[in-house]
Amino acid sequence: MRMLINVPETVVADALRGMAAAHPELAVDVENRVIVRRDAPVAGKVALVSGGGSGHEPLHGGFVGPGMLSAACPGEVFTSPVPDQMVRAAAAVDSGAGVLFVVKNYTGDVLNFDMAAELAEDEGIQVAKVLVNDDVAVTDSLYTAGRRGTGATLFVEKIAGAAAEEGRPLERVEAIARQVVESSRSFGVALSACTTPAKGSPTFDLPAGELELGIGIHGEPGRERRPMMTSGEIAEAAVDAILTDLSPRNPVLVLVNGMGATPLLELYGFNAEVQRVLGERGVAVARTLVGNYVTSLDMAGASVTLCQIDEELLGLWDAPVKTPGLRWGM
Amino acid sequence: MLDADFFRRWMTATAALVDREAERLTALDSPIGDADHGSNLQRGFTAVTAALEKEAPDTPGAVLILAGRQLISTVGGASGPLYGTLLRRTGKALADAAEVSPEQLAEALRTGVDAVRTLGGAAPGDKTMIDALVPAVDALGESFAAARDAADEGARATTPMQARKGRASYLGERSIGHQDPGATSSALVMTALAEAAGE
Repeated sequence: MRMLINVPETVVADALRGMAAAHPELAVDVENRVIVRRDAPVAGKVALVSGGGSGHEPLHGGFVGPGMLSAACPGEVFTSPVPDQMVRAAAAVDSGAGVLFVVKNYTGDVLNFDMAAELAEDEGIQVAKVLVNDDVAVTDSLYTAGRRGTGATLFVEKIAGAAAEEGRPLERVEAIARQVVESSRSFGVALSACTTPAKGSPTFDLPAGELELGIGIHGEPGRERRPMMTSGEIAEAAVDAILTDLSPRNPVLVLVNGMGATPLLELYGFNAEVQRVLGERGVAVARTLVGNYVTSLDMAGASVTLCQIDEELLGLWDAPVKTPGLRWGM
Repeated sequence: MLDADFFRRWMTATAALVDREAERLTALDSPIGDADHGSNLQRGFTAVTAALEKEAPDTPGAVLILAGRQLISTVGGASGPLYGTLLRRTGKALADAAEVSPEQLAEALRTGVDAVRTLGGAAPGDKTMIDALVPAVDALGESFAAARDAADEGARATTPMQARKGRASYLGERSIGHQDPGATSSALVMTALAEAAGE
């Protein structure tokens, strides 16, 4: 496998150095692995801190900026960051109004953010946490680590970020983040496995002519393998899997998300099919976002995330945002 | 009696074993995880040996507490907090004794393993590091070699299990037929303990 890297050990640090050079509006601490809005702490406003394993870019570092995250902590590839990073980030962005940790539901992320919350509170920082768990492919939460956090993370970070930017108090920002989590579901498919720099070969074997349904974002195989399907058939499988668990009465936000190696040409074609299926199922669409936002290195494939919204959430979604990965209205 | 030097040998032996077996751990982590268990533990135990050299803690408890803190600060993922907690809580249970008996170590290690069970929520049979650690602690009263063998056997016994915790649990029945990487690395920790004891 050919990769555009120097050595596997430095991929995260190298990417952070490059990010610092491209985005002077962010303070990138390469050594301690923390990416912070340069104007933080913003007086009187709640701060949002997220983080997770690297390999999902632009999540999370690419979503740092006005209207979204205050700071992000990148871990090693597909490995949760450590509590030291999160405490450092929280201390850098807390204005006194408190910090919301946005945590994807994976065992490692949960354990490290829990430890960080305790340590930050010891330092006098008020911390709230929201756990994102939108992946409907994980069905039996009793016998698993529970539903995974995937595409809905972008919705949570954008919408709660806008609420914080408007100056709402911590308990309100937290409640809004929870509402987004409860209203969001995702389903993903892989057309190829991904290759981690440390391993150098694909994380699972996918024979030609087959695809994986119900994948996560860490190159872990899905729940089911099937002969290759058309874009329309995949859209039906994904949307129907989501609608078994979410019955939207309100319009939805749609994220058609690329896993990293699927061209935009295919993603837009896939979105056309997703919109067709949603129409056939009677689901109204308020806004749609198409692109590579919550990726899994070089995995080919896509995920669909739906979030049922009301007027308040739609207003927050439309509010201005200025980050490397998401930008409108300013 | 076991002194601080014994515990340093345990940690350096673990680091050496993890180095040697890193590729195998990562390979086990590929079909049912995300292919990084070996490299993550390697990074952690490298930091542990460096810190032990630099700070030279002089009691058994202090050695393990320092090692656990290093793992929490450098590994990330689930294994950082879980292994870090195992060593920290074992170390705290040993308090500030200059020397401890094998029986005291067995008792302290049980406290550490219980803390890991509480933190991760895993029970025996869930296909996790608990499946190697619990039988090892049970056998520690007999000898270090018995604990090593029990951990090895416990790790191998995870192969037919269906994972109920951690990332492998997302696979459901497809997690069956693979040895758990966390149970395998836990067996390495117990092998290192037997090595430190010269067994």
